[in-house]
Amino acid sequence: MTIEPLPCVDVVELLTDYLEGALDPATSARIDAHLAQCPPCVTYLEQLRTTVNDLGSLPAQTLSDSAIAELEAAFGDFHRPPAS
Amino acid sequence: MPVAVLERTAACDITAADRDSRHPGVGVKVQPPPAAPGDTDLVARLRAGDAAAFAHIVRAWSPAMIHVARYFVGSHASAEEAVQETWLAVIRGIDGFEGRSSLRTWVFHVLSNIARRQGVKESRTVLSSPVDGEDAGPTVDPARFRPAGDQWAGGWRAEAAPRSWGPEAAALNSEVRALLTAALAQLPDRQRVVIELRDVGGLPAGEVCAILDLSPANQRVLLHRARAKLRERLEGYFTGREQG
Repeated sequence: MTIEPLPCVDVVELLTDYLEGALDPATSARIDAHLAQCPPCVTYLEQLRTTVNDLGSLPAQTLSDSAIAELEAAFGDFHRPPAS
Repeated sequence: MPVAVLERTAACDITAADRDSRHPGVGVKVQPPPAAPGDTDLVARLRAGDAAAFAHIVRAWSPAMIHVARYFVGSHASAEEAVQETWLAVIRGIDGFEGRSSLRTWVFHVLSNIARRQGVKESRTVLSSPVDGEDAGPTVDPARFRPAGDQWAGGWRAEAAPRSWGPEAAALNSEVRALLTAALAQLPDRQRVVIELRDVGGLPAGEVCAILDLSPANQRVLLHRARAKLRERLEGYFTGREQG
């Protein structure tokens, strides 16, 4: 069985779907076949993965400690039983 | 023509036509994730005033909430404000939570409403229509590929093919961090919020679709476009390639 080749210009647009497992098996097989013989596209895919990994190690932006403390105090106030 | 303040949820969607042309047959209806195991227990603890349970979800969920809020409002400070207001609304409203979605989905829903309102107050506008150029077209400069008619049409041109970034790229230094942070800020809003939630925040695809009311296919289109742009920025940094 021959697989219709997929040019690099199309492969690069399908790589997130490929990584997400969102492609149908036939298209996924065409990407596998392409990558098996196209070092530049393998490099592109690796660089996409590096990008994703680098993003994952950026520091998380979150609320300031004082904002979190205020929220915790508000939660405590809300649930404090009314003085009797 | 005056710039319309678009309903942001609608702006989140790429039209069906656009989606279908890219991903025929994969436009799937979004199903909100089912209530997580332990959700009932968590809700009960919050209702009972368990401070540790509250502190835990505030710390765990606020980073992703800031990304979502930032999609609707104009600044980081304003996004923090929306997240704080959301938690106050959750404190007051947890008794009214009916458990039809997961607690987390509900909290993000409250956040979207608050942040959207705040964005309108700030007169933050969407400058482009829901289908805009930035969500269509090739993500890699077409000039890097051999032209139609060439024996290897659509293949990388030898001089323009991606080159290894070398050992330097293995360790993430502070310069690369700064570059990525700046590049994220320059992405179109929808692409930015999707890649921040997925790749910076590590949320699963299904949850991002539910939070942003996106179809799985649209979520992947936005994610791919954002990743391709950031990869290109890193390529420029590591190989000195001119940015187009």
